[in-house]
Order: sequence, then structure tokens, then C-alpha cells
Amino acid sequence: MNPGRLLAADPLFSNGIDLTVVLIVIGKTIAVFVLLLVLVLFYIWFLRKVIADMQNRVGPDNAGPFGVLQALADGIKLFFKEQTIPDSADRRMFLLAPYLSLLPAFLAFSIIPIGGVVTVAGHRTLVQLADPQIGILFLLMMSGIGIYGVMLAGWSSGSKYPLLGSVRASAQLLSYEAALGLAVAAVLIQAGTLSTRGIVARQLWVGSWSTFGDWPVWNWFLWPTVIAFFIFLIAAVAETNHPPFDLVEAEQELVGGFHTEYSGIRFAIFFLAEFMNLITMCAIAVTLFLGGPAGPALGFVSANGWINAWIMPIFWFLTKLVILLFGTVWVRASLPRLRYDQLMDLGWKYLIEAAFLFAMVSGVYVIARQENWPGWVYVAAPVGAVAVYAILYLCIPRRDELSEEIR
Amino acid sequence: MSEPVDEEELTEEQAEELIDELDALETARLERQTGEGAQELTRGQRELVLTGGHWPEPESDETMIINMGPQHPSTHGVLRIMMELDGETLVRSKAVIGYLHTGMEKTAEELMYVQGSTNVTRMDYASPLSNELVFSLATERLLDIEVPDRAQWIRMLLVELNRISSHLLFQATNGMDLGAVSMMLFGWREREETLRLLEQITGLRMNHNFIRPGGVAADLPDGWQESVLHVCELVEAGIDDYDRLLTENPIFQERTVGVGTITTQQCLDLGITGPILRSTGFPWDLRKEQPYLKYPEVDFDVVYTENGDVYDRYRIRLFEIAESIRIVRQCVEKMPPGDYRVQDRKVTPPPRARINESMEALIHHFKLFTEGFRVPAGETYVAIESPRGEIGCYIVADGTAKPYRLHIRGPSFYNLQSMAPMVEGAMVADAVAIVSSIDPILGEVDR
Repeated sequence: MNPGRLLAADPLFSNGIDLTVVLIVIGKTIAVFVLLLVLVLFYIWFLRKVIADMQNRVGPDNAGPFGVLQALADGIKLFFKEQTIPDSADRRMFLLAPYLSLLPAFLAFSIIPIGGVVTVAGHRTLVQLADPQIGILFLLMMSGIGIYGVMLAGWSSGSKYPLLGSVRASAQLLSYEAALGLAVAAVLIQAGTLSTRGIVARQLWVGSWSTFGDWPVWNWFLWPTVIAFFIFLIAAVAETNHPPFDLVEAEQELVGGFHTEYSGIRFAIFFLAEFMNLITMCAIAVTLFLGGPAGPALGFVSANGWINAWIMPIFWFLTKLVILLFGTVWVRASLPRLRYDQLMDLGWKYLIEAAFLFAMVSGVYVIARQENWPGWVYVAAPVGAVAVYAILYLCIPRRDELSEEIR
Repeated sequence: MSEPVDEEELTEEQAEELIDELDALETARLERQTGEGAQELTRGQRELVLTGGHWPEPESDETMIINMGPQHPSTHGVLRIMMELDGETLVRSKAVIGYLHTGMEKTAEELMYVQGSTNVTRMDYASPLSNELVFSLATERLLDIEVPDRAQWIRMLLVELNRISSHLLFQATNGMDLGAVSMMLFGWREREETLRLLEQITGLRMNHNFIRPGGVAADLPDGWQESVLHVCELVEAGIDDYDRLLTENPIFQERTVGVGTITTQQCLDLGITGPILRSTGFPWDLRKEQPYLKYPEVDFDVVYTENGDVYDRYRIRLFEIAESIRIVRQCVEKMPPGDYRVQDRKVTPPPRARINESMEALIHHFKLFTEGFRVPAGETYVAIESPRGEIGCYIVADGTAKPYRLHIRGPSFYNLQSMAPMVEGAMVADAVAIVSSIDPILGEVDR
């Protein structure tokens, strides 16, 4: 296998690399970056508008029609604001930290399949920046690196609240990375591939990308892995530090958490990275569980015309993404924040076991299907898993019992 | 420091040296105290702690001392909490107050009784009418005057409306401190309606100066019944919202049930009253225990629970809103006709129209607002149930138009002392929830 294949399984590179290909790649990079930025701006506006509606308020309505330019206006304002650095800060780390959290947030988005296969200047290419074979592992890598930004920001501020915030951040990431990885594993076992494009392809009736005419909902991995789906969503929200798991920057406890000492554009970059992470996680959920850009094509126009090749997959992708993003806003509006130890309990005592057992059951099903194992296995596996979970649930000491012992 | 030297044996040079040394120590002490406050708590400097007694020796070097406040989003104004943290767990904590000290009690000695309620109303700015009421009751007791029935009912109506708005404020801030931001806006929404109603009746949203010695400042406006009943309906709908949003919410219960518990005995030892005392299973409410105004004539229940935790204090305040609505509805129903203030021209001013036609009225008006009225010498203490607990007013009168001494027993000040036993062994997030559940108003704590 050549190294190029490892990095990008894109039909673009199958006929060698020339200037057009390079330009297409550059164009795609810019397009994806712009898309992510626009998504963030949209999400901030969407978040504020929806939450305002849920809370009987108007929300932003001054900048642009319905206030859509509010986030942009805030960004411009922050860009021109004074940036302060505390005397006690470790200058170099303090300056580096925002970019350390921004870069992985963007890179993680590059593996998301946004649309189908299109033809640009005679080259067939995926509407996706990169399709590495390590696919999902790349996401886990990037979310692992992303936390360095938060950790170093808190540590280098030389102040106590940020330090507490960054300690919380690292513990939170460690706890939920496991649950997240195991939830993803359940899908990977079903899909048999790490490539995001491959996972999406498995969720169609036919493995071909040209047919969007089928209604592939029943082939989504959501149905065989519905438990993993919810574990993934919880872990993803926890990992991106969004309410009700936003302990890292809990305003009422830690003032601003890790970004207390930041101001101006560096502060904005943290916010940008955080929203980028949330959008990436939701996009990954769309890819893993909801069939990615797959969806019905319009029947009354040519099946291979530009509408069905370009617009419809992107439309379906964005629709599914917005539905998930709406879910995050809804949760944000309705739930109080968890406490630190409760967060750890949820991660370690419930989610990791559930995700692990579910991944095992998922594996048993896949192998049973391949090897034609007897039918009772399909019943025994989940029953066994539930039994193990029940035993674990009963064995794990409750918090109040623990504190009794400590006393 | 050098060895103690007998003063008589000191040469001039030695004395100068000693003075310099003491000066340096004093400077160092002041620097430490005015610098970052947390340093006061570190080992070796503890003998310089001047407030609230000594702290025990720190148990290890692994702990961190952190100051929450006075500028912090969830300290309800300018409360400062010094905390020693072991990781996320509080080893010990201490509330530091005084950042909002405005000398109101001293100011009261310079103000006439007529001006007094303008002053006291600014202490507990979330329930100003309770402050005005307790001051007026104390003054009236010294004057030995009986306020007309209608005035008493109006006062009761206003105080209960104020209790509603104060508890709504609690619901809002408590929700926000636990991270439920929607709760904050819901609470604010209904509180706004209540304040609008108070504005319609008194002319101001806060610091009304409406309940004055001798009665209230004005009669109820036309159509007040409809407005009051409308607000009652709005608030009742709001309570249902909060109930649905928070009461059964598992995360909310996780955060509050069993957190910050306190016992009845501890409450009684520390002089804690109001919802905190009632949450421990002790149904103590001055409206029932030492009735004032027309409370014996209305039908309401004292809400109390058994567990004494943050969750119970939330529920008590939620249900007390409902009880207050009950009282308000009865006030609307039973409001008697009559006068809204005593017709004693030495205490209350004549109607504005009379000043143009009656020389006597003009003189009364002039005398009342320049010299005030004289209060016979004596002292008294009157206590009523404010939304936060027992608010008391102690006045010493010396026969002049100004109080010799005025002291307000602010319930927030006493309740705040319950923080230390409650946060013991809790986590940072719990400390926020606990302070929020005490519902302190720092204006009243510091006065």
C-alpha cells in the first residue's frame, strides 16, 4: 500500500497529481474552512435565537436581518479589543494555547464527508477534504490534542480559577474519551472500516455513491447501535465542554474557567474552537449514525445532474447536522450543570461500562452473522450484557456510601 | 524581633531602633492585610488574622487557598468567601463581609422619623417593603398610635407581593447558580410583572418609601384589584413552569438533595431564621408566632420541610410564593374601606389640596417636613417575617424628632453564618449552590 493511499482514498488522486489536482485540493481546503467558520457563525446565531425563543426573549436582532450578523459583529469587536497578558502568565504558552485548540478543531472537521462524488474540471473528487483510512482514529487523535490548548491556557494563565478549570478539563476529557471511543467502536465493528467515507457507504442499500434515490433510513447505523448513539452524544457534549457538562468554564463557579485571563481575539479563538469542536462532533455523529450526506434525491430532475450530485447530499448533511445542533441548544436551555464528581460518576460508572458491553454485543452480532452461529446467541449476548451491567451497577458503591466510609 | 527590653533602661538610640522595628512590622502587617487577602491565612502569619477567629493549622501543603469574590458572578453582590481547597473539595471556608458597608444605621441617627423609611428601604433591596414596614411598626409603637384597618391591609398586601418578588428573585438566581440559565429568565419574567404591579401601586419598582409611620403614602390606585389578580395568575403559571423545569429534574436533584444540610439546633444556635430554619423541620414563622398586621384574619399555611438541604430551601420558597398568592387574594377580597393613614396631622401630612385653603394645614405640612414629629423617649424592638427571616428594628428614642439609635436585625447577616457549617466538606460547585440557597442580600448584611 502506498502512503498516498493511507492518507487519502480519493478518486482525485487515481490518475496522478497535476496542477489542477493541487488547485482543487487547495480550493477544497479553503471551502471546508470557510464552511466551518460559516457554520460556527450560524450556530452562534442559531443558539442565541433558539434559546431566546425558549426563554421568552427576542435575542439578537440588530446586526443584519434577524440579527444573523451578530456573531460576526462580536468577532470583529473582539478582534480590535485590547489583549491583556497577566504578569504571572507563562507568556509563550499563554500566546500559543488558543491556536493549539483551534488547529485540531479544524483538522478534525477535514475527515467529515459533506457530500457525494462530484466532477470538478474533469476530475472526479469527493466533497470531503480528506478521507484517510485511519478515519475515525484521526478524530480521536485530534480531540486528544485539542485539550492541550485548554490545559495549557489554564496552566499558563498563572491564576487559580483557570488552573482549576484546566484540571477539570483534562479529567473530563480523559473520562469521556473512553466512553466516546467505545461508542464509536460499536459502529466500527458494524461497518468494518475506519474510513468515514466507507462508514457512510455501508449505510446505503447499495455500496455505490451514485444512488441517492433509495430511502436509506433503515440502513443507518443508528438502529443497530442506538445505545451507542446516545452514549456518543452524551460523551461528545461532555468532551466539547458544552452544557450541562460545561464545568471547565462554569461561569458561576470558576468565573470563566480556563479563559478567565484571556481577552480580545484570543478569547474569541477559544470560543471559535469550542463551537468548531461541537459542530465536528455533531457532524461525526451524522456520519457514524445517520448516514452522513445520504438522503433521497429529487426525482423530477436528472439523477446525475448538478442538483442531485452537488446540492442534495450537502442539503441532507446540513439538515441532519442542524437537527443535532438543535438538540444541543435544547439541552443547554433546559438542564442545570452537573457537579464535578457527578460528571466523573456518570462517565466512569455508567457510560464506559454501557459502551463497552454494547460494543461487545455488537461484535457478537456481527460475527454470529458471518459464521452462522445458532439463533440463541442473538438473545444470549444482550441478556448477558444486561446481567453484567446489572451486577456492576449493584457492586459499584454509591457516592453517599463512599463518603460514609471516608468519614 | 530583639529581646524585650525594660523601658527605663533604654537609651535614646535603642528606643529609636525599637520604634523603627515596630514600624516595619506594622507596615508589613498592613501590606499583608491590604494585599491579597488569602495571604492572611498562610502559616506563620495567622496571628495577624483579625476577623472571625483563627483557622486551624493547614493539614498539608497540597491545598490551595482561593478567594471567591468580592467580584465573582455568583456571590450575590460583594460577598467574599475565602476557601481552602483540596482539589475540588473545600477544607474550610470563611465568609468575609463589609464590602457594601454604607453606614445606614448611623445615617438613620441623622434622619428624622419621617425620612427614616427612605433610608431603611435601601438595606434589603430585594424586599424593601419589609424594611419599611418594620421601621414604621417600631416608630408607631413608640408613638403609641393605631393605624387604620385599611392601611394595615394595604401594608399586608404590599409586603406579600414583595415576598413574591423576592422569592422569584431567589428562584432566578438559584437556577442560574446551578447552571439552569432558563430558570433565571423565567424567574425574572414573573418578577418583572410583580415589580410592575408594585410600581403601579407605589410609584416605584424598588426602594418605594411607601409604608411610612402612620400608614401608607397613598391609597390604592383605581383598578388595583384587576391588576393584582392578573399578576397572581401570571405568577401561578410561572410557578408551574419552575416546578416542571426544576423540581423533578434529576440533575437538579443530584445537585441539591442532601447538599448543605443543617440541623434545627445549629440554626437556633446561630440565630438563623426564615426558610433555612423552616427547611430543618421547625415551622417558625413570625406571621403565625407573633402575629402583626392582619395576619390572624387571613388563612395561610407555614411551609416547612424536614431535610434542611438546598433542595428543601428551594421547595420552601417555591411553595411560599403560592402561600403569598393565597394571602394576596384574600387581601383583595377583604380589603376594607376607610382611611389609608392616621389622621393625626402631627404624624402624617395633610392632603395636598388642603394646603391651598387652610393655613393650619400649611403649617402642619411645613412643620412635618422641616422638623418632623417628636417621638417620646423610650426604646422598642419590633420583629416581622421578611422573605429571608426575622427582620427586626430596634429604636432608641430620646424625645427628639430623630432616633438616638436605630438597629436593624438583618436576617441575611445571621443566615450568612450558616454558610460555614453547611459548606464543610462540600465541593466548589456545592458552595455556590449553598450560598445561593441562603439567599443573602449583601446590602442587608453590611447595612
